[in-house]
Amino acid sequence: MLRFRQQSVLPGFGIAFGFSLFYLSLIVLLPLAALVAEAAGLGLTGIWNIAVEPRVLAALRTSFGLAFLAAVADLFVGFLIAWVLTRYQFPGRKLLDAVIDLPFALPTAVAGIALATLYAPNGWIGAILAHIGVKIAFTPAGIFVALVFVALPFTVRPVQPLISEIDRSLEEVSATLGASRWQTIRYVIMPMLSPALLTGFALAFARSVSEYGSVIFIAGNLPYVSEIAPVLIVIKLQEFDYRGATAIALIMLALAFAALLAINLAQAMRRRRYGHA
Amino acid sequence: MGMREAGKAATAPESVTTESRLARAVLIALAVLFLAIFLILPVLVVFSEALAKGFSFYLTTFKDADAQAAIRLTLIVAAIAVPLNTLFGIAASWAIAKFEFPGKSLLTTLIDLPFSISPVISGMIYVLLFGAQGYFGPWLTAHGVQIIFALPGIVLATVFVTFPFVARELIPLMQEQGSADEEAALTLGASGFQAFLTITLPNIAWGLLYGVLLCNARAMGEFGAVSVVSGHISGLTNTIPLQVELLYNDYNFAAAFAMASLLTLLALVTLAAKTLLEMRYGDSLATSSRL
Repeated sequence: MLRFRQQSVLPGFGIAFGFSLFYLSLIVLLPLAALVAEAAGLGLTGIWNIAVEPRVLAALRTSFGLAFLAAVADLFVGFLIAWVLTRYQFPGRKLLDAVIDLPFALPTAVAGIALATLYAPNGWIGAILAHIGVKIAFTPAGIFVALVFVALPFTVRPVQPLISEIDRSLEEVSATLGASRWQTIRYVIMPMLSPALLTGFALAFARSVSEYGSVIFIAGNLPYVSEIAPVLIVIKLQEFDYRGATAIALIMLALAFAALLAINLAQAMRRRRYGHA
Repeated sequence: MGMREAGKAATAPESVTTESRLARAVLIALAVLFLAIFLILPVLVVFSEALAKGFSFYLTTFKDADAQAAIRLTLIVAAIAVPLNTLFGIAASWAIAKFEFPGKSLLTTLIDLPFSISPVISGMIYVLLFGAQGYFGPWLTAHGVQIIFALPGIVLATVFVTFPFVARELIPLMQEQGSADEEAALTLGASGFQAFLTITLPNIAWGLLYGVLLCNARAMGEFGAVSVVSGHISGLTNTIPLQVELLYNDYNFAAAFAMASLLTLLALVTLAAKTLLEMRYGDSLATSSRL
């Protein structure tokens, strides 16, 4: 007789599986079904009409553009930090390593007001920058700073284990064959790390696109200038415009999904070219 | 040459497998400077602003009735959401790690889904279901049940955003451990529940604690999702993060940062406990889930 699960001497499958499925359906699947149903009511033209509203378009451009820039910045900074923390010995290294997870642990609203205060024209950093005529808080640059903060761990953590796993004898071979240290890093080490770097970039981008709490305080939320898409969703919900909110949410999910898909494809093509992961 | 000798050679200035002494110093300085400015300064500014009007003012913030209501609400929400997700995490990992069944990887993917959804959208989907113009809205109003802008909505949104934490720590851990120990216990006459209690639970204890810790930190600190479903009624539906927002927007900065300092302390304690667990019990945590 065919059975749903393979034979096992362990008991408890029925209740564990049943409860998991019930809970998952209730908490995750049912609400997401509401999103799909609402979207079906809108239809593609309905979603498109909302997507091309100038204010929505501007918010999407701000969200995705700044998320991309922040992920690029974190890619470089994250690699530098991962390298320094993994390769070099210096006092305070362990402490700094623990600090990397701070943006995960610190609630976004707290990060938001702290960053807004730091970068405001009279804040610790904002005052210094005001001297040279640079304004961060309440401009798109403020959004960038907040996103660089929240997404940093995503570009450090996936890279660290790979750096420590590098076979150092490969670097010796490279040096013996006459490569400079920079050439070794560029042509021997970087290709080994690039899958992890790309993964980190994708995670940082996804997190930045969806971020809300840490951004709204420092952004100023000026329509057409420093208003991100999640803020627009909240405004639409407050106006009981569920359809408008749903449309923006769907566009965000679709664009983020497309971006992740593109990165996965790039990974796959790279693997085919180099013949290994 | 062995790894150990290579490591030793790396500290010598003329080693070919590391950068020059000067380059190392510059790179370390850059990394430290960036982390100090970007990660550590925001934490310092929280405490500096919280104590800007003195310690006695700091303490009076918490005597405010609305502040106390916010703290109470946050504790209640976490006290419901964390045990529920812990129970789910144990059940899901038992089913996924100990048994073979079709659709297993789909189930694992669905469990991770809430992590990839924006907090605001996480709150929104419950508004679509239970809000005044939502699918069940009219029915709920007719029966006098309020979910959105009330405790149930806040709990649901919190459960959603913290949904994967315990499960994604336990699933890989229990998969690594296999089920040979439990099978041996059953062969020796233990009941299934005895095997779980005396074999499985001690094996996953540290991983479970790790997951619960992260789940709790997020449950108490969640802002975006809760913000959408709460209605922002001070003293009634404001959690600590929402109260922080309210005070801050009222230009009541010292009080806002005082409330924020509670969450910052929670974050620092969580971080310290997490680091300690990874250092001392790293072997009994799932290696693949650490992010």
